[in-house]
Amino acid sequence: MMYDYADQIHRCFKCGYCKFSNNYTDFNCPSYNRFRFESYSTGGRLWLIWAWSKGEIEWSEHLANIVFSCAACRNCVEQCPMRFNEDIVDWIIGARSDMVEKGLIPASVGEFLDNIHKYGNPWGMPRNERDIWAEGINRYTIDDDNEYLFYVGCVGSYEKQGQQMAKSVADFLRTTGVSFGILGSDEDCDGNEVLFTGEKGLFRELADKNIEKFKELNVKKIITLSPHAYNSMKNKYGGLGEIKVYHYTQVFSEIINSNNIELSDLNIKVTYHDPCFLGRYNSIYEPPREIIKGIPGVELIEMERTRENSFCCGGGSGNFVFDLLGRSSNSPSRIRVREAYETGAELLIVSCPSCYCMLEEAIKTEGLEEKLMIKDISELVIESIKNK
Amino acid sequence: MQSIYKSLTKIVDEEFVSNQKEELYIYSQDPGMMEPHEPDFVVMPKTTEEVQEIVKLANKEKIPIVPVGGSLSLSGLVIPHQGGIVVDLRRMDQVLEVNEESRYIVFEAGLTTGKLKAYLEKYHPLLRFSIPDAPPSATVVGNIVIHGQGRLTQQYGFNSDMVTGMEVVLPTGEVCKIGSGSVSPYWFSLAPLPDLAGLFLGWFGTTGIITKMGLKLYPKKKLRDIEVFAVEDPNLVPDVIQRVTHTEMSEDIFTGAQPYPPVFKDIIMIGILLTGDSKEELEFKRKMIWDALQCHIDSKEGGFMMMTPDVKQDLLEMPTSSTTRFADVKKGGGFEYCGPIIPVEKFPEAFTRLLEITKKYGITFGNAGRVIGRSHSMMFSFGYPFNRADPENIERTKNALHDTNVASLDIGGVPWKPEVPAQKMIMEKMDKSTLELMQRIKKVLDPNGIMNPGNWEVE
Amino acid sequence: MYELKIDEKTCETCPTFDCLVRCQYIDIDKDTAKTEMKKMISGEDSFVLHDCVTCYACEEYCKRGNHPFYLITDLQEERGILPMPKPLKTQFVNISVPTRRDIIQFYGAEEPVISLCLFPQYTRLFSEEKLFEELSIIIGRYFFCHLMYLHSGNPSLIRERLPKIIDNIANHGFKEVIFFHDECYSTLTSYTTAYSIEVPFKPIHFNEYLYNKLKDQQTKIQPLNAKVAFQRNCSARLTPNVEDFVDDIFNLIGAERVERQYDRENALCCGGIIRGQQRYDLFVDVQTRNVDDMLNAGVEYCVFQCPACFDSLSEKVAEKGIKPIMMHDLCLLAIQGSDK
Ligand SMILES: Cc1cc2nc3c(=O)[nH]c(=O)nc-3n(C[C@H](O)[C@H](O)[C@H](O)COP(=O)(O)OP(=O)(O)OC[C@H]3O[C@@H](n4cnc5c(N)ncnc54)[C@H](O)[C@@H]3O)c2cc1C
Ligand code: SF4
Ligand code: SF4
Ligand code: SF4
Ligand code: SF4
Repeated sequence: MMYDYADQIHRCFKCGYCKFSNNYTDFNCPSYNRFRFESYSTGGRLWLIWAWSKGEIEWSEHLANIVFSCAACRNCVEQCPMRFNEDIVDWIIGARSDMVEKGLIPASVGEFLDNIHKYGNPWGMPRNERDIWAEGINRYTIDDDNEYLFYVGCVGSYEKQGQQMAKSVADFLRTTGVSFGILGSDEDCDGNEVLFTGEKGLFRELADKNIEKFKELNVKKIITLSPHAYNSMKNKYGGLGEIKVYHYTQVFSEIINSNNIELSDLNIKVTYHDPCFLGRYNSIYEPPREIIKGIPGVELIEMERTRENSFCCGGGSGNFVFDLLGRSSNSPSRIRVREAYETGAELLIVSCPSCYCMLEEAIKTEGLEEKLMIKDISELVIESIKNK
Repeated sequence: MQSIYKSLTKIVDEEFVSNQKEELYIYSQDPGMMEPHEPDFVVMPKTTEEVQEIVKLANKEKIPIVPVGGSLSLSGLVIPHQGGIVVDLRRMDQVLEVNEESRYIVFEAGLTTGKLKAYLEKYHPLLRFSIPDAPPSATVVGNIVIHGQGRLTQQYGFNSDMVTGMEVVLPTGEVCKIGSGSVSPYWFSLAPLPDLAGLFLGWFGTTGIITKMGLKLYPKKKLRDIEVFAVEDPNLVPDVIQRVTHTEMSEDIFTGAQPYPPVFKDIIMIGILLTGDSKEELEFKRKMIWDALQCHIDSKEGGFMMMTPDVKQDLLEMPTSSTTRFADVKKGGGFEYCGPIIPVEKFPEAFTRLLEITKKYGITFGNAGRVIGRSHSMMFSFGYPFNRADPENIERTKNALHDTNVASLDIGGVPWKPEVPAQKMIMEKMDKSTLELMQRIKKVLDPNGIMNPGNWEVE
Repeated sequence: MYELKIDEKTCETCPTFDCLVRCQYIDIDKDTAKTEMKKMISGEDSFVLHDCVTCYACEEYCKRGNHPFYLITDLQEERGILPMPKPLKTQFVNISVPTRRDIIQFYGAEEPVISLCLFPQYTRLFSEEKLFEELSIIIGRYFFCHLMYLHSGNPSLIRERLPKIIDNIANHGFKEVIFFHDECYSTLTSYTTAYSIEVPFKPIHFNEYLYNKLKDQQTKIQPLNAKVAFQRNCSARLTPNVEDFVDDIFNLIGAERVERQYDRENALCCGGIIRGQQRYDLFVDVQTRNVDDMLNAGVEYCVFQCPACFDSLSEKVAEKGIKPIMMHDLCLLAIQGSDK
């Protein structure tokens, strides 16, 4: 069965607006930047998908790589002047779903999905290591009167940078007296990447399982570490009922404002990278900036491409694991850290664990470790509180 | 073939060479409606030297080579009709020099119109170039190679009239400079040398690959505005154009007519763009233009349209994305247009033919014309949206396109950026000695006939 | 056919001829006004028919219940006098023909219902804004009042198309409909009355609704304490009876409608139509006088009732440092000011 993109996708004119940032200062489609063949641009990808759906070209590993190398960053949606622009990413996901159903996907994507299916995380790590970072942090139980469930997610649970973030978010919540708990080894993948790689069945399974768990525990409010989890829960799950979902930057911004948290002077120039799933997907541009600007002595220098115009780190829709955009000086994460460095900032601030991993790695590859630090917003805030 | 692939990867980083089905498929076509044909290889060079080596290889092996910019001319000019190597130039997109005093720029051939616009806005806010309304991913050079027209064309002529110099890789592999740049470090002008640029402009890449270009830049005023004069009778259009161009007060003058949405039905719009460094300058120009058209206002036959701010915004945008949106009118992902260059007084005739053809084939249309020079000629586009997924609709539109080419030549115009069949029609009508000269030049420059074969070719 | 109800005798015995004497665009003394009015009543040509900018104001200046402006427009059409160029008239005629995008049925639209005329840009406001959340929306060309043909010299088209529109609305079974656009309200009250066109439902002016809404929420209002100018639109001249709501609203939200030369009956046209009539100098003059007057009055906001007026005058107003704002937005400012 072809998904419903098949009778619409020919509407793409291959005009290429979607390659750009607005005002056309740069190319802004990560996969086009990486490969530069027209086939890797949004339009090229849509035309190839259409050709495949008509049987005009055969499936190949290369075709699958092209289809899965889209980071689902939504830049094209932002820039395409046509009336169907909102559907573009869904069309690509539709094609992925067809490929998934037929078992025609790149090996690395297959492994990614398999692991999530079997272990609840994309690396096939043991479940019981999920809360290895979380010493001293409470489990969310139905009995305790916790305000929030802190949903950590896979990157937060297993990757070094994610764990750092998770710790500092927890630290902040504790310091400011917010009650919360985590799911620990009971936590499952949030499914966002599963959905965006086209495994709609597995996504539904994960979503249902998670919803059930939240309801069993009588969860009222969820804080997510990752914008990806925030996106899936907020926009894709359905059935969460009264449960409210927040990204941690929203909660932070609220707490800092209303509790008059005192912050110390950090005296530093920083720049901020908008993650796609916070920015373009959910229009959360201000809360992170409010937090950053609220810290005394922090000067925020924006990159040329920010907000709706942000350049994706290349980690979207599973690419932070299978990284079809990697291994080149044109890899989006490397382009992005060069851009960050050019602002003259000493510190690159992120608010997504996937971006954190991608960009920290890129800073190393680019040999910029001495010149550009990277931190998550929560780490910066904690630093400013601890300095007090 | 494998050995050519190998050779190509020795010239250009392997990442940027492909002989895989997916790239071949994408580069076998443009968004227009000409029959696709696959190349054997796609390469993306980064330097003139790489281009040179690729051309030498093709010339030695006698395989076709097709330079590609944004592939947006819609008339199949980048389709490798005989296979071979497609050279996508868009990795070569650096600005090399801007001379603010002598107002010119030198840049690489793959630079897109979008990026050039952004570059000038950022670094040289008082300078601009004649941006076409093609999507921003079109290349400046591709646009100039086809004698494109842009926002400054009414003031300064075809965009190709603004060239000040070039670097070209000849089909036999030599790298050659054209214009003052061949004598001096400064790429300010083609004159006073013999005009060799003409060997590459309008040739669709059949005489060489341009790798660098020098181009005139123009003063950029702070403010822009637009007035749209509407008439119902196409016979009035040439006179309106005459009167407005006489004032020498407008930036750009275009015409537009389309049956949908209803607010545009049954009228012909003449868009008149204005610029000024101050409100006063803008108002002065506006007043001059209103006054110039008073007689048509008095007769009640014409009038300045009332526009909501968003319509105005749309028309002021550069490039205007509404032109691109025309492709979605039939929800079919495409439009094709024949835009002959015609004498301005032929507007009414062209317009009548447009209505006849669309009626005959039961298709809808959009006309967008642009005045070239101070009414020295105009581009009159017969634009037809089509549905890529509907073969019958494509067939009908193709036939309409054929009739349109016939009509264009009939009324004394010359199809612009003609697709191969239209090139043949032009050459049939062309003075025989001229045709002979064209073929001779081609033969001299490209003895092996490797450059974008099929174009400007007599069987 | 629908005939204009105009009483010759009333004019013959008119002590003032205010309709023409007070016209802001044609300079006429009482004697001339008398002569010209007489000509027009007997269906003859008059320079008024040629010079009128179709501002609708004479309809308000006449305090004797006659319809000088409707008379003018009917005569213009009868005599083939075009207040606007032909192509613009063509645009006017075409603009209201329903297309695929217009929806004839609004399934499930229930009272209270608001008609948004041809202003889809406000759909979001009325479906999402808390203050208006109870409202159902009807919108589009099947519900379009057509009064604009008073400007383009073909008012018979109103009489031709309007009854169908009224049917479309009535067929939904609505007893009361709120009209966002003042022009629709005026059509369905003043114009229909003058031509004896039956309206089987009750039109409510948006300002009346807005006023009542604000009244309900009075405790939430944070007075704006701002000086404002009000830009009256042409159709307001047809229904001076609902004018009080404007002042009542302003009182509620703490907006002071500063006394100025060109307000109330002396209001000036926004200029849009004058430009459309191709009278550029007059257009500039009218806008300049109007905005200068606002400046002199020291206002912070220029409040618009009509989106079309907003389009034609807001830029000019903003250039002079006055904030252009739609009536409902001003009200929302007063209500939400506290939250934001
Ligand atoms: C919506 C839309 C609007 C348009 N509006 C305009 C407009 O307002 N004005 C206008 O002029 N055009 C317009 N066009 C037509 C066309 O898209 C533009 O002229 C465009 O700039 C062509 O550039 P390109 O890079 O796409 O050229 P391509 O299509 O890639 O190339 C055009 C020709 O030039 C040759 N070529 C390209 N690069 C080189 C080189 N370096 N050396 C030698 N030969 C070369 C190619 O082989 C081909 O024959 C429009 C097109 C569309 C789709
Ligand atoms: S997705 Fe939209 S912007 Fe991109 S090529 Fe297709 S039509 Fe153009
Ligand atoms: S979502 Fe991002 S990566 Fe994918 S096609 Fe669009 S711009 Fe490119
Ligand atoms: S229309 Fe009214 S104001 Fe004018 S003359 Fe007649 S009665 Fe008097
Ligand atoms: S409509 Fe206005 S311009 Fe025309 S006569 Fe009446 S008051 Fe004068």
